[in-house]
Amino acid sequence: MNGYGGTILRVNLTTGKIIREPTTPELARDYIGGRGFGIYFLTKEVPIHTDPLGPENKLIISTGPLSGMLAPGGGKCDWTCKSPLTGGYADASMGGHFTAEMKYAGLDSIILEGRSSKPVYLFIDNEKVELLDASKLWGKGAIDTEVDLKKQYGEPFQIAAIGPGGENQVLFACINHDYGRQAGRGGVGAVMGSKNLKAIALHGTGSVTVADPDAYRKAGMALYKACKEADNLKDWTRYGTTIVVSWCDEVGALPTRNFTAGSFEGGKTLYGPVMREQIVITDKGCFGCPCPCGKYSNLKRYGTQVEGPEYETIGMLGSDVGLSDIQDVAQANLLCDDLGIDSISAGGCIAWAMEAYEKGVLSKDETDGLDLKFGNVDAVFATIRKIAAREGKLGTLLSEGTKRAALKIGKGTQDYAIHIKGMEQSAYAIHNATAMLISYMTCDVGAHHNRAWAITYDLQVGRDKVVPEKVARVIWLQHFRPMFDVLGGCRLQWVELGIDRDLYVPLLEAMTGTRRTWEDLERTGERIWNLTRLYWMREVDGFGRSWDQPSPRFYTEPPATGATAGQITKPEDVQKLLDMYYEQRGWDSDGHPKHETLEKLNLVEFAV
Amino acid sequence: MRLYADSSKCSGCNACRVACSLNLFGETNPKKAALIIEPHFPAPGVYNVKVCTQCGECALVCPAECIKQDERGVYYVVQEDCIMCEACVPVCPESVMFMDASLVPNTAWECDLCGDCVEVCGTSALWIAEKELA
Repeated sequence: MNGYGGTILRVNLTTGKIIREPTTPELARDYIGGRGFGIYFLTKEVPIHTDPLGPENKLIISTGPLSGMLAPGGGKCDWTCKSPLTGGYADASMGGHFTAEMKYAGLDSIILEGRSSKPVYLFIDNEKVELLDASKLWGKGAIDTEVDLKKQYGEPFQIAAIGPGGENQVLFACINHDYGRQAGRGGVGAVMGSKNLKAIALHGTGSVTVADPDAYRKAGMALYKACKEADNLKDWTRYGTTIVVSWCDEVGALPTRNFTAGSFEGGKTLYGPVMREQIVITDKGCFGCPCPCGKYSNLKRYGTQVEGPEYETIGMLGSDVGLSDIQDVAQANLLCDDLGIDSISAGGCIAWAMEAYEKGVLSKDETDGLDLKFGNVDAVFATIRKIAAREGKLGTLLSEGTKRAALKIGKGTQDYAIHIKGMEQSAYAIHNATAMLISYMTCDVGAHHNRAWAITYDLQVGRDKVVPEKVARVIWLQHFRPMFDVLGGCRLQWVELGIDRDLYVPLLEAMTGTRRTWEDLERTGERIWNLTRLYWMREVDGFGRSWDQPSPRFYTEPPATGATAGQITKPEDVQKLLDMYYEQRGWDSDGHPKHETLEKLNLVEFAV
Repeated sequence: MRLYADSSKCSGCNACRVACSLNLFGETNPKKAALIIEPHFPAPGVYNVKVCTQCGECALVCPAECIKQDERGVYYVVQEDCIMCEACVPVCPESVMFMDASLVPNTAWECDLCGDCVEVCGTSALWIAEKELA
C-alpha cells in the first residue's frame, strides 16, 4: 500500500503467537495512521473496563504516512493504550528513529497483547519476529538496556526499552529510545512493564513505495527548502524548546514551586543560552528533521551525558521543584530517563510532595527521612530513585501520581495536586491565561500541552478574555496539531519555523495516492478527538464535566510574585469557558457529544 | 568537486541518506544510501559522518572498469556493467563504497555527487566544493 508499510504486526505475549495482518485501505482512509490507528484498535479491541495493567490492555505502536519518508520531521510514532495513570485514553508520541525503522520493516502498527509469564524482549528483523528471554536485562536502566542490545545486534537496530520504573509499573513510567527520546506520558511504560516486555529491538531494510515518485521527491524537497529558508531556523536549532524558558519566565508561565507562581527568581540560570553555553555538546535530531530540537549535554559535575533537558523538564524538574542549576536539572532528567519515569509527572509529584512537606502535612517519617524542601537537589534525586523503585513510604506514595497521593493523604493536599484527569500538568503556569487553561482542561490525555499550545494566543488577545474566539482557536489546534501524531510526523516545523502547511498536501497525495486538504485532515482530527472522548465516557463511570476541571490553584490562589502576581482566572469564567467549548464542539452541558454530532462525524457506531 | 562533511554539525537525522537513496535508486531507503552517519551514544555523544572524497581508489581496482568519471570528474558506478566482485569495497578509505546483494542485487554503489543530501541538511553539515589539493 503506497505510503505505508502495509502490515499490522500482532504480538501476543501470553501465547507467543505472532500474526501479520495487512493494513486495510479502509483503515488508512478513515484513521490515516499514528494515533488514529491507535484509538481505532483501542476502541475496537480492548474490552470495556479493562484493567490498564492487566493482560487485556493493549499497547499499540503506530507509524504514519510521513514516518521514515522524505518529509521534515517524519520521525514520530505513537504509543496508545488505556492509561493506568488516568484510567482513560492515553497516547504518547515518541521521536527518534524507531518509527522510520518500523516503516522499513513494513510495519504500520505493532499491537502488543497479553502478558508474558517471564521477562522477554521483542526482536524484529524484517520478517523475522521473536520473543526472546530478557532475564539478563530485567532490572537494568533503559540506557544500559539500549547499550546492551545495540552491542548484541549492531548500531542499525533501533531500541525501545523500559527502565525499572516500567518494570515496577510506576503509573507514569515511560518508554525510552535513542538515549533520550521517550514515549513519556500516561504510563505507557507501566503497560509495557505489566506485559513483562523489557524492550523492542527493531531493524528493517525495506523500501517504502509511493504512488507518484517524481511528485513525492519534488514535494519532499520543497518542504526541506521551506524549512531551510525559515528565518527562525538558526535560533530554533541552537536552543530547541529551551528557547521558550526565558519567555515563559517573563510572562509568568514558568511553573514555579508547584505552580504557586509563573516566574522563578532562579530562572535566568535555566535559560536556553545559559544551557547551550554551559552543557550542550551536540544537536540531536529525530529522523529526517532539519531543525533538531534535541540537545545532547555533557554534565561535568556528574560525569554524565544526557539528551536534554528540554523545556518541559526544565520547568518541572527545575523551577517547579525550586532547582536553578542547569546541571542539577539535567542530572534529574537523566535519572528519570534511565529509570524510566516521565520527567513531567515526576516533577509534578515531587513538587506536590515538597509543598505538602513545607506545609507540615507530610512528615519526615512520610518522606523516609528526606528534607523535602523546594530547592533541595539531593532530595529530588533521592525521590526520583524512590519513585522508580516504589521504595519506602514516599516512593510508594508518589509512584501512583499526585491524584491518588493527594486522595490518600487528604488534609487539603488535593487543592494543590496539579493535575487534570489524573495526569500531572505539564510545564505551563496558567494563572490568568484562559486559552491555555481551556486547552489543558479539555486535552484528551489529561493536563498536557501538546494538543493545543495556546498560551501565546492568550497574550495576543488579552489573557483574561473569555471569548468564543479563544475557544475556537483551541478547538482548531486540537484538530490540527495532533494530526501530526496521526501522520507519524512532527509539528514543530510548522509551529516553530512557520512553514506553509499546504506544502504537506501534495506530499501526502504523492505518497498515498489520496488527496487530502487540511480541511479534510482537520475533519479526521475532529473525528478522532470525539472518539477519544467517547473512549473516556466508555471507561470511566460518571465521566463528564467534573473531569474537565483544573486545579483550584489557578482560580483561587493568585501568585504572590512574578509576572502574574495577583492574577487568577475568575471561577465563573472557568465554567463559562467550558460552556463555550462544549457548545462549539456540539457536546451537551456535561461534555458528552450529542447524537447529531456523532452523526455528523460518522461515529454513531461508537456511541456510549 | 567533492562532498564535504562537518561531523560536529550533524544531528544524525538521516535526511541526507533518504535523499541519497531516492537519487541513486528511486527508493525511500536510507540503507541504500552512499554516505554513513555513525552515532556514538550515550558517550561521548557525537556523530561521525563519512562521505566520498572522490579519491578514485575504487575505480583503480575495478576489474570490470565500471566505475567511471563524469564530465565533472566525479566517479560513478555504471550499474549494468558491475560484476559484483566487491573489489572496490575494502579499498575505500572512508568505507562509503557499498555492495550488499540482499539490498541491491545487481550493483555496487557510491556517491555520484548529486547534491540532494546537501539540499535537505538543515544544519549545514554537508557541502560540495572543489577538491583541496593534497
